[in-house]
Amino acid sequence: MGDKIESKLLAKNAKVNTIPGFDGVVKDADEAVRIAREIGYPVMIKASAGGGGKGMRIAWDDEETREGFRFSSQEAASSFGDDRLLIEKFIDNPRHIEIQILADKHGNALWLNERECSIQRRNQKVVEEAPSTFLDPETRRAMGEQAVALAKAVKYSSAGTVEFLVDSSKNFYFLEMNTRLQVEHPVTECITGLDLVQEMIRVAKGYPLRHKQADIPINGWAVECRVYAEDPYKSFGLPSIGKLSQYQEPLHVPSVRVDSGIQQGSDISIYYDPMISKLITYGSNRAEALKRMEEALDNYVIRGVAHNISLLREVIIHPRFVQGDISTKFLPEVYPDGFKGHKLTDLERRELLATAASLYVAEQLRSQRFLGTLRIPIAKSKRRSWELSVRLGDGIYPVAVSKDGSSFSVEVDGMKLNVTSEWNLASPLLSVTIDGTQRTIQRISRNASGETSIQFLGTVYKLQILTKVAAELSKYMPEKAEEDTSSILRSPMPGTVVAVSVKPGDTVSEGQEICVIEAMKMQNSMIAAKTGKVKAVHCKAGDTVGEGDLLVELE
Amino acid sequence: MAAVRVLCRAAGPALPVPVSAFLCLSRAASGARPPPVPQRIEEKRRAALLGGGQARIDAQHKRGKLTARERILLLLDPDSFDEYDMFVEHRCADFGMDSSKNKYPGDSVVTGRGRINGRLAYVFSQDFTVFGGSLSGAHAQKICKIMDQAAMVGAPVIGLNDSGGARIQEGVESLAGYADIFLRNVLCSGVVPQISLIMGPCAGGAVYSPALTDFTFMVKDTSYLFITGPDVVKSVTNEDVTQEQLGGAKTHTAVSGVAHRAFENDIDALLNLREFFNYLPLSNRDPAPVCECHDPSDRPVPELDTVVPSESTKAYDMLDIIHSIVDEREFFEIMPSYARNIVVGFARMNGRTVGIVGNQPKVASGCLDINSSVKGARFVRFCDAFNIPLLTFVDVPGFLPGTAQEYGGIIRHGAKLLFAFAEATVPKITVITRKAYGGAYDVMSSKHLRGDANYAWPTAEVAVMGAKGAVQIIFRGKEANAEQEYVDKFANPFPAATRGFVDDIIQPSTTRRRICQDLDVLASKSQASPWKKHANIPL
Repeated sequence: MGDKIESKLLAKNAKVNTIPGFDGVVKDADEAVRIAREIGYPVMIKASAGGGGKGMRIAWDDEETREGFRFSSQEAASSFGDDRLLIEKFIDNPRHIEIQILADKHGNALWLNERECSIQRRNQKVVEEAPSTFLDPETRRAMGEQAVALAKAVKYSSAGTVEFLVDSSKNFYFLEMNTRLQVEHPVTECITGLDLVQEMIRVAKGYPLRHKQADIPINGWAVECRVYAEDPYKSFGLPSIGKLSQYQEPLHVPSVRVDSGIQQGSDISIYYDPMISKLITYGSNRAEALKRMEEALDNYVIRGVAHNISLLREVIIHPRFVQGDISTKFLPEVYPDGFKGHKLTDLERRELLATAASLYVAEQLRSQRFLGTLRIPIAKSKRRSWELSVRLGDGIYPVAVSKDGSSFSVEVDGMKLNVTSEWNLASPLLSVTIDGTQRTIQRISRNASGETSIQFLGTVYKLQILTKVAAELSKYMPEKAEEDTSSILRSPMPGTVVAVSVKPGDTVSEGQEICVIEAMKMQNSMIAAKTGKVKAVHCKAGDTVGEGDLLVELE
Repeated sequence: MAAVRVLCRAAGPALPVPVSAFLCLSRAASGARPPPVPQRIEEKRRAALLGGGQARIDAQHKRGKLTARERILLLLDPDSFDEYDMFVEHRCADFGMDSSKNKYPGDSVVTGRGRINGRLAYVFSQDFTVFGGSLSGAHAQKICKIMDQAAMVGAPVIGLNDSGGARIQEGVESLAGYADIFLRNVLCSGVVPQISLIMGPCAGGAVYSPALTDFTFMVKDTSYLFITGPDVVKSVTNEDVTQEQLGGAKTHTAVSGVAHRAFENDIDALLNLREFFNYLPLSNRDPAPVCECHDPSDRPVPELDTVVPSESTKAYDMLDIIHSIVDEREFFEIMPSYARNIVVGFARMNGRTVGIVGNQPKVASGCLDINSSVKGARFVRFCDAFNIPLLTFVDVPGFLPGTAQEYGGIIRHGAKLLFAFAEATVPKITVITRKAYGGAYDVMSSKHLRGDANYAWPTAEVAVMGAKGAVQIIFRGKEANAEQEYVDKFANPFPAATRGFVDDIIQPSTTRRRICQDLDVLASKSQASPWKKHANIPL
């Protein structure tokens, strides 16, 4: 089943739906139209020899098919010297839904319902759930039965997964079969109650399956988030490395399962996949599972490496996701300009400002509390209110904090908020109640100059809190000149230089590849940000580079 | 002090100031009665607050610098500043200096006392808007006054330096003023903490006051410290060098080791100074301060069990160990850019300030050389002088070999660190994380130097040298299996533990708990050294 073409043939023979298509020499445009009509619109046309989506054209009617034929046959002849064309059913807004199967050595096979894995980036799954919001019992049964048929046809014995693409009309097409336990298997375990690993071992030992198809339930809902050491702000996730200086899994949140192989102090290196863990939450229904996931993500402490918690949290609360309106194009569709983190509403912004200001004041108050008897007594401050200036993004906000017993009364934008907490300044997780709303926030960093970063609603925000006096005086502080980033190329991530395509003196044009960096089994092409002459090359193939290392300078 | 002359001349002409104009008037009308005293007091005060006048204040701001008073405002708690000597004026009568337009109430420095997080501090802040902050006899006298009081009361002295140098017009009076300050710097040394923050030029003889204080911090891009400026350097040694290259923050924090840390701008520097101040006791009569702490003292630190790599030649970051052990991962590092093979700085353990010294395996394998020995020694002596317990983390392969080191006097300089640790009577806790080889083992706060609690992690290797070198000497390379034998015998904590040279072999994850317990017990430690006038550290 490892070979995609071979497996497709096997699937066809086992009467599994495959994507209808034609691969061969097409005589003329009329023949192309005839084939397209046979398959049913829309269709995708491209040169057979062209890899991936290169030169792919989508045709929705005869006219577009003729045009697509002209382009593709020209390209096939000129670029590849191979006349063959591929005309295939184009699956619009496809979902990736897969069926978990379990088969033994005695000819028994079961389907353990589906997993919805449509949220992907670069063809890698990010969020998975079981069951799918999209399937009705008939489709589920049809898919399940085909998956089992395929397993039986190849005499498969173990746990396996049959992956399908499902179009908007619930037509499903076989994609491939994974003959192993998959990353996302825990969601199936949650809703069926089966321990897949145990079952696999039993099957391997030669025992027959213990369950009948009728025994396989769908109990509740399970969601899995893949927590990666990745910076989600760079193409939905570029690998990050480092030492997990602090690491705490949210196991105190009910119905949470975390599958991981690391602990505080572990290194995330460039040599392995950047996955930190699989975070699974379970609920009696989808809303409950998602609510717990939100809580689990907020309570997950990962420090020392970049991570994708912000992206995961945004996905699971996005209205389209919540409604189940997803496809494999979800991320690029929802974030066409790339992921930029949570967008604060006015109220959330006020909550964040109030929390940050309260934390600042709590810290200030604590720094006056010295223990023991002192030779020169402390001049106790009788201060009960603080006028602060908080910078968040491009905005500077006046915030007034007054101490009100154990809580703070904070005025932001003319609105008063009450902020209560235990103000434990050492704990990585801080539970704060803002006007009755409980939030779990994480103070990632702070320094003496009032700069702090706070993880709030999953996203880390950088703030600077100054007293009003300091903020007023800061207008006199010299601006530090920023580096002109268009003429230098820095490594966006740690990795190994695979190839350098330029040398000093070369003229490069904007967008031209300068070098290739491999990190965590991914090759990333570094391109010139402007047209210019190469001044200096600071790396060579084989070098190990860190994030921010200077690679190439342009004049 | 040649660089200074230029600045003062530039400051010479065109002195505006509305107040001095008023004073002129009142004197010119001789015979007429001066305004009533309360009004004169008020006017003098207002003039003092304005320093060299609005135009010079604007110029100061344009340079990206705050005024002397704005700096005090940010450094001290609100409304806590009590100013001294607002009415003091310089006494120079030459070169037209006695003209009333050349007199500024308070002269070129603002002095007084105030509170930082409620705790007492004495402060002087040089005012660049008055004669370029140059040091007159009166200026020096004002500084000396607060230093004398600080020493008597037992509270730190913080100097905010921004001065063109000597007041040339006053000649030897100015020089005498410097010497008066130097003397007090020396007398206060070890009595109250002295901190210098260089926030503008500090050149010529003036540099010796910061050099005599315990800590010198700088502001990046706007502060300079040098004996002679670029012009003189050019004429004497024919070197072309900019102010920044010669004496900027980068030079002094990374190359010369003159400054202990640099900050981005005035505000960053002053806010950091407030935080730094909280680590220090007020004087040698006070114990190390204890702050309210939210980090459990018995917190296990599981990552320490795996932090030391299994290959003994592989580096790791000593800062990882320090951050994970101390309260809330807060470590105020001293000299982070200089002699990086040793890490020193302040942190807290269960709220109590501790001074931390650690070899840094990440840089030059953590070996001791001239610069790291001197860096470590000065820090250890500060802690000992001010009752701050010392925590030492040891992973040291030895002293750095080579002609550069020997010719530079590694013997003399290495001895400083040895001297400092041996002399220290504050609580001393040492953790050997990995290598403790040769003489460097002895030096790094070993049991033999009156260590109070000396621990080894299971990864510790206390030996005269690494196995390879040792076997070559013992067997001249003839015994093939000898290396393994040596490793088995010595590359582990047992030889030291069986002799009682370490008190225990501890599980790394329990280190924080052990240290916090020891510190509690050792808080009442009292240890004396033989009477002496003073010791003779190998300078």
